[in-house]
Amino acid sequence: MAATETPMQRERATTIYEKSKSGRRAAVLPAAEVPERPIEELIPSELLRAEPPRLPEVAEPEIVRHYNRLSRRNFDLDSGFYPLGSCTMKHNPRLNERVAALPGHARLHPAQDPKRAQGALELMYRLQESLSEICGLPHVSLQPSAGSHGELAGLLLTRAFHADRGEERTKVLAPDTSHGTNPASVTMAGYEVVKVATNERGGVEMDDLRAKIDEDPDQVACLMLTNPNTLGLFDENIAEIAALIHAAGGTLYYDGANLNAVMGHSRPGDMGFDIVHLNLHKSFSQPHGGGGPGAGPIAVSERIEPFLPRPQVVRREGDNGDGPSFDLDLERPKSIGRLRGFQGNFGVFVRSYAYILSLGADGLAEASETAVLNANYLVARLAEGRSRKYLPLNFDRHCMHEFVLSGKPMKKELGLATLDLAKRLLDFGFHPPTVYFPLLVEEALMVEPTETETKESLDAFAEAIERILVEAEGDPEVAKSAPYTTPVRRLDEVKATRKPVVRQPLV
Amino acid sequence: MLTAIGISSVDELFEQIPAPLRLGRPLELPAGMSEAEVFEQLAALAARNSDAEEQVCFVGAGMYDHYVPAIVDAITQRSEFLTPYTPYQPEISQGGLQVMFEFQTAMSELTGLPVSNAGLYEGPSSVASAGYLAMAATKRSRFVVSRGLHPHSRETLETYAVGYGAEIAEVGLRDGETDAEALAAAVDDETAAVFLQNPNFLGAVEQVEALGAAAKEHGALLIVAVDPMTLGILKPPGECGADIALGEGQPLGNRLDFGGPSFGFFCATQEQIRRMPGRIAGETDDVDGRRGFVLALQTREQHIRREKATHNICTAQALNALGAMVHLAWLGREGFRELGELLVQRTAYARERLAAVDGVELLHEAPVVREFAIRLDVPVDRVLERCAERGIAAGYALGCDYPEHEDGLLVAITERRSKAQIDELAEALGAAIQAERGALVGNSATNAPLGEGAS
Repeated sequence: MAATETPMQRERATTIYEKSKSGRRAAVLPAAEVPERPIEELIPSELLRAEPPRLPEVAEPEIVRHYNRLSRRNFDLDSGFYPLGSCTMKHNPRLNERVAALPGHARLHPAQDPKRAQGALELMYRLQESLSEICGLPHVSLQPSAGSHGELAGLLLTRAFHADRGEERTKVLAPDTSHGTNPASVTMAGYEVVKVATNERGGVEMDDLRAKIDEDPDQVACLMLTNPNTLGLFDENIAEIAALIHAAGGTLYYDGANLNAVMGHSRPGDMGFDIVHLNLHKSFSQPHGGGGPGAGPIAVSERIEPFLPRPQVVRREGDNGDGPSFDLDLERPKSIGRLRGFQGNFGVFVRSYAYILSLGADGLAEASETAVLNANYLVARLAEGRSRKYLPLNFDRHCMHEFVLSGKPMKKELGLATLDLAKRLLDFGFHPPTVYFPLLVEEALMVEPTETETKESLDAFAEAIERILVEAEGDPEVAKSAPYTTPVRRLDEVKATRKPVVRQPLV
Repeated sequence: MLTAIGISSVDELFEQIPAPLRLGRPLELPAGMSEAEVFEQLAALAARNSDAEEQVCFVGAGMYDHYVPAIVDAITQRSEFLTPYTPYQPEISQGGLQVMFEFQTAMSELTGLPVSNAGLYEGPSSVASAGYLAMAATKRSRFVVSRGLHPHSRETLETYAVGYGAEIAEVGLRDGETDAEALAAAVDDETAAVFLQNPNFLGAVEQVEALGAAAKEHGALLIVAVDPMTLGILKPPGECGADIALGEGQPLGNRLDFGGPSFGFFCATQEQIRRMPGRIAGETDDVDGRRGFVLALQTREQHIRREKATHNICTAQALNALGAMVHLAWLGREGFRELGELLVQRTAYARERLAAVDGVELLHEAPVVREFAIRLDVPVDRVLERCAERGIAAGYALGCDYPEHEDGLLVAITERRSKAQIDELAEALGAAIQAERGALVGNSATNAPLGEGAS
């Protein structure tokens, strides 16, 4: 076995509530300092709470121990290789944490008078300008809170754009390889999803696209695309796709989850996209936080700009030799309105702007080159061994920053499902790739190594896959019952959904 | 590596991009910089902001200058929490999943509702998400919304409603509280949900239960946005008939950050569990019978259900929810209530103290917890400017969101605002009002221009 079990990892899970003892506490609060009045004199008693909420009663040392212990029951990027496809698990420079924590950022109230938040607004403006250049589109709104929020924004922008022209369209096209958020956003925005097939090169099936458009061109509001797509392949027909959608009067939407492949090499705006969302927690190094926070800024073309969410950060030229100033523009009559409170996930902007400054123009292009190199090297390394037979590349061509393997032969010949391979990888100290996505690939494994991995870590991963396949040739049961070394073993997910227990019962 | 791939240069890998679509030039961005230089640039930008260390902050309006205990940073900055992603592989994500479970328990306790998710983006978009749930639950598409709901929440709800196709009727305020008669008249059998906020945007504690009766009568959901820091004091929404309680989570363990990242919380009745947005952790067992946690009810979610998902959300704010959980554990059962009481006492003092200032009167007399609205008899923006020059961010001007309260100022109190600071605010407001009155009548003795002698 690749890793050894430690007592701490294997101890029974105990929640903070189970460590609670009446009367214990950590917090010491300031004295009221003011003359105190019975609370019922201030707020009618029928509006008051009878009993305080049953929060845990634990002293600070025990709180620290509890969460430290919990932290050791997580696998994280700082501990090892995390090739989770479409998630761009690249290193998170600690400088970014340091600058985000500066009081001028961290303790700045979002309703501060713009005059007294010039540094923050300038930072946001500079980030907008940088993302605009990277995307090749003239305007950016930083407001959306994550990729899915950016998608919803893009669809609402599309609706506003068409409404402004007196049109109401009902359909949004999306390839069958698209991220699940795409169709979910389409429904939330009040549209109907029309699936477009994938061709034998992994791109959009052009005949199917034409057919879906021709069915009712006046109803086509938008095509949502990821390029490179979720197979890690660049769609060579993108110019023609853009022309078809634009001819039908629709907008072209770019899901930026895979931007890490093309930074400084190719720009969505130049490909013909009207609206792009970027995941700052992917390409621009914001730590993933166990599932957020992120941010999903959108970049748009000139014709979409009037509809951008408000407020928009703007730069105003100074008079009489004064320097420029920055402001929040709320006077946007055609705007779709707000998507959230205040200005967006500013702390994320600080980190991503620091990242862009650190890398610069050349560094960003090099990051994408290395990401693509690493992915293709890993493909080659895997193909040297048993992967070639059991886990073939689904589309046999050079990939961009990620690639998709199919575990179909492995399942047929060794009886090992992709899930089993993934679980066995845990014993070898790796985070598995994304599994069972995209849906059109049977037993899919989607691998994205990112640029911040060394050749050695790629080699080690390839060797682990090889060892698991060799082991399975001998005895597939080992992998089928994996993992063995993790804090818990395979969990009953069906039970958790059939009879959900989603909070601790307290007495 | 090139040899292994069978190419002679990395450029070959980019040949799959058609030549006209290759950029062919460097990005027009500055060259990369050393860590020290980046730090200096960012520090210089930060120095141009007046943060709550530079200005005593009485601004609230949904985000508050609370003290975030040191252990929150110590725990949230641990690599093991900071750098993984969504717990798709539960066997190696038990830490994060258990945090979600503990967080859900805490939010369920706070709101008095049995089901909580693991968090959404932030407050106003959570309100819009509740609207989407209400439409699915009731098969109706009309919302009745109190004007006491945060203006950003109302606007976000409108933005989303254009997409999912709901219409919105707004009910006004009377003496600071939602107009009960107007609300009862606005709710009908087509109403999917009634939206309230408690305390409302003007700080007033609402009669949630009484207002909610109209929703119950017509089979609409009662959705209540709450300030979590008031829930040690106020009757929880779950005991007032709320079907959904949600809100901005920033006051719990999250810094101001100029508006984000924070998190939204979202709690509901058992009936709504399969319509909930976002991740939910659930308890289960592993094959050896060992206790463990997983993402439960994933069949609601976009990565499984795609266009039929209950919501499109994927990445949310897990780290921010961890911060909240640690803060709540640090406060504990008694500390949480004590903090609420501290807010009530200091706010009552501040309200009385400011109301006694010449030129200030209360905008409403309704009970409050930690924020209250006053009226000034001189222009609010001028007074704010004068206070700012003395190092005090005196509050939030209501005029931009409530034209009917052009003279209104919203003042927020946290445990960081000492009695001395409140006294100083009263003094500064009084002086600013006097100076403005002088400026208005042109009395040279008191006509202190802005920027000089405004004390």
